[in-house]
Amino acid sequence: MSESLDLHLASVETSLDNPVLPFLRQDRIPHIWCPGCGIGTSVNCFCRALSDSGLDLDKVAIVSGIGCTGRTAGYLNLDSFHTTHGRAIPFATGLKLSNPELNVVVYSGDGDLFAIGGNHFFHAARRNMDILVICVNNFTYGMTGGQVAPTTPVGPTQTTMPYGNFENPFNLPFIADACGATYVSRWTIYHVRQLAKAMKEALGKKGFRFIEVMSPCPTLYSRRNRLGDGVDQVKYYKEKSVIKNGVDTKEVGLGYQGEIVVGKFVDRERPTWLESMNAHYSHHFGDAFQPYGVKNGQD
Amino acid sequence: MKADPKGVLTGVHFMDGDHAACEGALAAGCRFVAGYPITPSTEIVERFAARIPKVGGVFIQMEDELAASIAIQGGVWGGQKVMSVTSGPGLSLMMEHLGYAAMTETPSVWVDVQRGGPSTGLPTLPAQADMMQIKWGSHGDYEIIALSPNSPQECFDLMIKAFNLSEEYRCPVFLMMDEVVGHMTERVNIPSADQIDVTERKWTKKKPGEYKAFATTPEDLVPEMVKAGDGYRIHVTGLTHDERGYPAMDVPNQAKLIPRLLNKIRNNVHKLVDVRMDGCEDADVIVMSFGITSRVATAAIDAARAKGLKVGHLRLIICWPFPVALIQQLARTAKAFVVPELNMGQMVLEVRKALADVDRKVKVISVPHPGGTVHDPETILEQILEAAR
Ligand SMILES: Cc1ncc(C[n+]2csc(CCOP(=O)(O)OP(=O)(O)O)c2C)c(N)n1
Ligand code: SF4
Ligand SMILES: [Mg+2]
Repeated sequence: MSESLDLHLASVETSLDNPVLPFLRQDRIPHIWCPGCGIGTSVNCFCRALSDSGLDLDKVAIVSGIGCTGRTAGYLNLDSFHTTHGRAIPFATGLKLSNPELNVVVYSGDGDLFAIGGNHFFHAARRNMDILVICVNNFTYGMTGGQVAPTTPVGPTQTTMPYGNFENPFNLPFIADACGATYVSRWTIYHVRQLAKAMKEALGKKGFRFIEVMSPCPTLYSRRNRLGDGVDQVKYYKEKSVIKNGVDTKEVGLGYQGEIVVGKFVDRERPTWLESMNAHYSHHFGDAFQPYGVKNGQD
Repeated sequence: MKADPKGVLTGVHFMDGDHAACEGALAAGCRFVAGYPITPSTEIVERFAARIPKVGGVFIQMEDELAASIAIQGGVWGGQKVMSVTSGPGLSLMMEHLGYAAMTETPSVWVDVQRGGPSTGLPTLPAQADMMQIKWGSHGDYEIIALSPNSPQECFDLMIKAFNLSEEYRCPVFLMMDEVVGHMTERVNIPSADQIDVTERKWTKKKPGEYKAFATTPEDLVPEMVKAGDGYRIHVTGLTHDERGYPAMDVPNQAKLIPRLLNKIRNNVHKLVDVRMDGCEDADVIVMSFGITSRVATAAIDAARAKGLKVGHLRLIICWPFPVALIQQLARTAKAFVVPELNMGQMVLEVRKALADVDRKVKVISVPHPGGTVHDPETILEQILEAAR
């Protein structure tokens, strides 16, 4: 392990006076995640982002689906909803539309968001629903024991691809971009500072925002494929990542242990679903329409 | 609390059951609907989509019923009263989220305009064949409440009642319509807002810190509620949870939570009896019916009475929970029950179950129908005559 990596890992370690502790439900620690799992590191970054965002945390809600990543909602000291497998996005849609002053974040796994929940992702992005979606991509179904995911690259073995995966994986940023997301970035859990900064930036933006976080699952993905444990994966992230801000999302697909393009790929403005609804009905009904969910002239 | 006048279309109207159901929801305070089109329920959401911009609220057509049935629950935790509306295949897709609503005690109204099944079945024709699906279709043990209107007026009235019960018991409540009731046009009288009672959500008065999201007392098994954004920092999960709402996946917590979820309804079964009885006191034969079939049954009952038979009519307004004690009480004098329904024999099973504990021998005759149209009253009459023999 390189020295810089050593230092880097030390900087994200949780100590008792860790500044992220107030963002966690401390009465729920210890968490369920395995040693070397990257989900906790991503959550650490998210807490830093919350801290730096200056947002009123009473108005931030987090929604997860089911999976190891899906447990995130339960550890954050926010209004938090652990929903059903694949349906965090439609739940978040209902939450946001019924209480527009909330800043709603979906935090879930790659299988949850892109296999069983894929359809909801496409439509929420198309509608420009005003939510931030954070996907922890560990290339596998962690919670259920390491089955093939829609993100698993061609090659590695998974319990339901016992001779190696032969299915083509999704390129998540490309999907988000094509469906209309206003913000798309990818980082790995090696890039803690950039990731926390991206999360903070995305928290402050409007519209359907998407961050993919590459994260090791040593228990079911890397060890089984003789790629070592969590630290070895982080080392791989460090060595094979190239930052290409603004690059065409078509170009950022991931191969097995190949180059990892990270950075901010999309940052644009589009009216959100509610803004479009309010504008449309104001035009159609005139003064007979009271804009919905608008306080002090803002939404 | 009285209804918000913004949602109440006071006056006398001629409208079909689907439209009346929508007006009932608006009068009850429903301000968020997520739906997905499916015959014969679509008119309800179409009307809601047209009406809600000026009432003040949101309609969204989701990508499927999986999305619709969980989006409404997000809507509840954001603070609104909600409903979702479906039929046939859409109801099947909603089953996982029915369990989520029961487990998380999310007050919500689910409208099923029943059509012939299984599968795509008879999209435009009536049935009453989802009665067992709503009761047992989601995995695990849970309880729901279900109401069955037989006219557009009742679609309006019972919709309000459905909303009120969902708030009182914090459980999913079904309005079990059918294609005929949904599409039949009749007079609907919508009273003024100050004549409509609506039940407010069971908001807590406790402060953050004192409040536990799923804590109850032995006297009141329904927890108090808050919404996201009010500073309580709640956690809601479909996992087995403790009073704080935290996952607690062990036998003692399961043994505490699941009986409470059932008992908050089961302990109140006597309060939840809602039936119309006509001539049941001294009847030899009692016809038990619900929804559209009750109107067909009336013709058969009149014909039997004209022949001198003592026939009573028991119409279920609330079908679930089933009024077991009432059936047992009626069985003290009646000789037989005749149960016509637009399915191959569903609610009749509940009558048989209730009578299993009764010493007297009481006949139970099922009058099944595969759906697609209503019964011929003649068929019901034949069974009444058979029962009276
Ligand atoms: C309807 C349904 N189907 C299947 C499951 C089982 N299940 C739980 S988590 C999961 C996969 C999770 O994978 P991912 O979203 O990638 O999360 P990870 O555990 O890898 O963080 C599955 C299939 C479920 N809970 N519900
Ligand atoms: S199984 Fe994998 S994803 Fe799940 S906690 Fe363990 S390391 Fe993390
Ligand atoms: Mg995964």
